[in-house]
Amino acid sequence: VCTHRVRSCSSIRFIKSKYVCVFDKSALKFSHQQRLFRTSPVSCGQIVQFKLSDIGEGITEVTVKEWYIKEGDSVSQFDSICEVQSDKASVTITSRYDGVIRKLHYSIDDIAFVGKPLVDIEIDASKGVAPEEDVVETPPMSHDEHTHQEIKGHKTLATPAVRRLAMENNIKLSEVVGTGKDNRILKEDILNYLAKQTGAILPPSPKAEIVPPMRKTEAVPAAPKDKARRIPVPVSRPIAFSGKDKTEPVTGFQKAMVKTMSAALKIPHFGYSDEIDLTQLVQLREELKPLAEIRGVKLSFMPFFIKAASLGLLQYPILNASLDENCQNVTYKASHNIGVAMDTEQGLIVPNVKNVQVCSVFDIAVELNRLQSLGSAGQLGTSDLTGGTFTLSNIGTIGGTYAKPVILPPEVAIGALGKIQVLPRFNGKGEVFKAQIMNVSWSADHRIIDGATMARFSNLWKSYLENPASMLLDLK
Amino acid sequence: MVLQSLKNCLWLSCVLRTPKACFWSTASGGLIIQSVSNDVYQNLAVEDWIHDHVDLEKQQVLFLWRNSPAVVIGRHQNPWQECNLRLLRQKNIKLARRRSGGGTVYHDLGNINLTFFTTRKKYERMGNLKLIVKALKALRPQLDVHVTDRYDILLDRHYKISGTAAKLGRTSAYHHCTLLCNADKFVLSSVLKSPYKGLKSNATPSVPASVKNLFEEDASLTSEMLLDAIAKEYAVQHQIDHHITLINPADETLLPGISNKTEELQTWEWVYGKTPKFSVSTCLNMAHKDSVLDVKVNLDVKHGRIEVCNIDLPEQWLPPGLYSELVKSLTGSKFCPNEITTLVTTLLSACPQDNELHSRWSLLCENMIRLM
Repeated sequence: VCTHRVRSCSSIRFIKSKYVCVFDKSALKFSHQQRLFRTSPVSCGQIVQFKLSDIGEGITEVTVKEWYIKEGDSVSQFDSICEVQSDKASVTITSRYDGVIRKLHYSIDDIAFVGKPLVDIEIDASKGVAPEEDVVETPPMSHDEHTHQEIKGHKTLATPAVRRLAMENNIKLSEVVGTGKDNRILKEDILNYLAKQTGAILPPSPKAEIVPPMRKTEAVPAAPKDKARRIPVPVSRPIAFSGKDKTEPVTGFQKAMVKTMSAALKIPHFGYSDEIDLTQLVQLREELKPLAEIRGVKLSFMPFFIKAASLGLLQYPILNASLDENCQNVTYKASHNIGVAMDTEQGLIVPNVKNVQVCSVFDIAVELNRLQSLGSAGQLGTSDLTGGTFTLSNIGTIGGTYAKPVILPPEVAIGALGKIQVLPRFNGKGEVFKAQIMNVSWSADHRIIDGATMARFSNLWKSYLENPASMLLDLK
Repeated sequence: MVLQSLKNCLWLSCVLRTPKACFWSTASGGLIIQSVSNDVYQNLAVEDWIHDHVDLEKQQVLFLWRNSPAVVIGRHQNPWQECNLRLLRQKNIKLARRRSGGGTVYHDLGNINLTFFTTRKKYERMGNLKLIVKALKALRPQLDVHVTDRYDILLDRHYKISGTAAKLGRTSAYHHCTLLCNADKFVLSSVLKSPYKGLKSNATPSVPASVKNLFEEDASLTSEMLLDAIAKEYAVQHQIDHHITLINPADETLLPGISNKTEELQTWEWVYGKTPKFSVSTCLNMAHKDSVLDVKVNLDVKHGRIEVCNIDLPEQWLPPGLYSELVKSLTGSKFCPNEITTLVTTLLSACPQDNELHSRWSLLCENMIRLM
C-alpha cells in the first residue's frame, strides 16, 4: 500500500490530492482484498477450452479459413480469433476470455464442429471471467493485475489499446464515460477525460466547445500559491503515445529503384544547369493547344522538349549512346527513345517514346497521352519500359528549380526540368519584361561525355525552345 | 400526410443537430436506407459500418444499393480463379472483395443489392429471400420465382436471378443478396470466366449458373420498381413506414470512420492480399525464332505475393547470374503484372546490350506476366 502512494506522487496530476484522499479512505478497505488477490500466483493459469458456439440455422460444421492469432498470443475478450465459413456465410469468431492462446485445434481449411473445442486459452486465475461474478473495485495503480477492470459485476468494454492508454495515464476505466457501442470506452473518451483533468486544450473538433485560453493562465498562478505542490504543473500534458518504428521489406517499385540507383552509382556524374526563356514557346503552345484538342490530344510542353532534345541529339549523338560494362566500347544508338519520368501511385516509372527522331511533335503528344493513361492505370508493358536511350524528368510539374538527376543505366545523360516561373528579365534594348523562365539541370556520364559537349547540346536545345520557329529549319 | 411531413421535418432537424444519435436510434422496429452512391467500395464500407456500429436489437435495417460495373468476390476467394483480371483492367471494371462468404458476382446498375441487418440471434436467410419473392409476386403475379435450398432465387425454375452471402459477427449479422433486373449479361459472362490455367487452391470456388434478367421476362420492370416493391414488403413485415431514407456513404459526420473503411476495402492487401495460399503450375509455350520452347513454371503465392518461384529453363538459355537475379526479384514480389513489369525491366537495364539476350528476356517476362 505504501509503495503505491509513492508511485502516485511521482505522476503529475491536477486532481492528485483528490486521488490521494480517496486512496487514504479506502486504503484499509481494499488492502485486505488486494492481499488476497496477490496470494494467488499469476503465472499458473487455468486452461479453458473455448468451444465453437452455435452459428444458427442448424449449422453443425464450418471450415476454418483464417486465423487472426497464433499460439502464444495474448487475447482480450471480444478480440477476433478466426474467420470460419459455412455455406456462403463468413463468421468472425471472437474470444470470450482474456488470456493467452495455448493451442489451436484446427489448421486452415479444416472442418470445425459446433460445440467442439476451437482453441485452448490459458486464463489468469486471479482475473476471472464470467461477468456474473461480483468483483470489488480496486485502485488503478497496480499495473500487472489490471488489464481490465470490473465494476460491481459490470465489465467496462475497451480494446487492449485503450486499456493500455488508460493504464499509462493512471485512469480508472470506471470513471470514464464510454461513447462507443454498448458504452464501450474509446480512445477519444480517454483523451477527453485527460483533458478535463489537466485543463489541457485539445484541438477543437467541429462540434466540441473550444476551451477559452483563459484556463491556461488560471492554472499557472495556482501552482505557486499551493505550497504542497513544488513541481510546476504543465498546462498541456503531452499524451504519451507509444509510436513504434515500423519495418517492412523493400519490395516492388522500391526494389526496382534500389537496383537502378545502385547501378547508377558506378557512373561518375557531372552536372550542368541553365535557364531557358520559354516566353515564345508558351505563346506557341497556347495557339496549338486547341488544334490538338480537336484531334483529341492533350498538348503539354513535354512534346516540344522531347523533340528539341532529339534534334540536339542528332548533332551530339554521344549523348544518346551507351558504354559497355568494361568501358571498352561506346555504342551510338540509332533510335532516340526518349524516356519520360512518371510519378504514379506505386512509385517512379520511366516509359519511353520510341524513335522520336522520326516523330512529329503531335505524334509525340499522342504517344505521351497513351503512356500517361497506361501508367496511371498500372498497365504499362515491358516494351514501353525498356529500350530507353535518353531521359527527361519534368519534376517542375510538382515543383523545384534546379535538380541533380541520376542517370538511368545503360544511358549516359538525363535532364531535369524545373517549374516555369514568371520572372523579370532584360531584353536587347535594356528594358525589363515579363519572361517565362524554366531551369534545366543536366547530368551526364563523365567517362565519355565532357562538359563542353553537354554545354553545346544544352545551348542548341535552349535555342530551339527559346525560338521555336528555328525548329522548323531542322525538322526532318 | 401532415403527420408524415412533420415527422420528416423533425427527423431532418435531428439529423442536422446530432446526426449520429438521432438517426440510428429511431423508435420504430425497422429502418430502410438506400445509398446515393454507385461506388462499390463506398457501399461495402456502409455495410461494414452498420455491422460494427448500429445496435440492431431494437430495429433491423434494410440497405438498398447499386454499383457501377464491378466484380465482387467473396471473402475467401481467389480473384485469379474467379474472373478475367486482364479484361477487368482493360475495361476499367473495379474488383472488390467483400467481407461475407460465398461466390463471385458481377454488379452493374442493372443489378440491385439488398442487405438485411439483424442481430446474430435473428439471422435468418430463408425469411429474407421469401420476403423478396413475395414482393416480386405482388408486383407481377405471373412471375415464376422461387427460393432454392442453396439460397438462390430462380426464375422459371432454371435461371438464377439472385445469389446470397452472409456475414456473422459477435452480436450482429447481415445477409445480402443480388437481384438481376437488367444487367449486361454479355459482360457478366466474359468477366466471370478465368483464363488462368494451372491454379491450385483451397479458396472457395464459385458455382456457375445460367442467369436471366427480370427485365427479359417482363420489359415493364425497372430497378426502381423492384427496389420500391421490396421496401414496401419489408415495411409491411416490420410494421414500419414505407419510407426509404437516402444516405451518402461519403458523409463522415453521419458515419464516422467510414472513409477509413472505404479506403481499406480498396487496398491491394485486402483485395488481392487476402487470397488464400495457392500455387500456379503451368507450362509456357514460348515461340522463339524457329522453335517452340516448353517452359515449366511453378509458383507458390501467399498473401498475394510470390513465395516460391521455379522456372524450368533450358540450361544457359539465360546467363545463370541473370536467371538467379530474376528468381530473387520475383520472390517476395506481388503477383501483380504492374510490379513485375517494373522489376524485370529494371533488371534488364543492368544487363549487357545483347539483342539476343534482350529478346529472350522479353519473351520470358511477357509470358510470366501473362500468368497474372
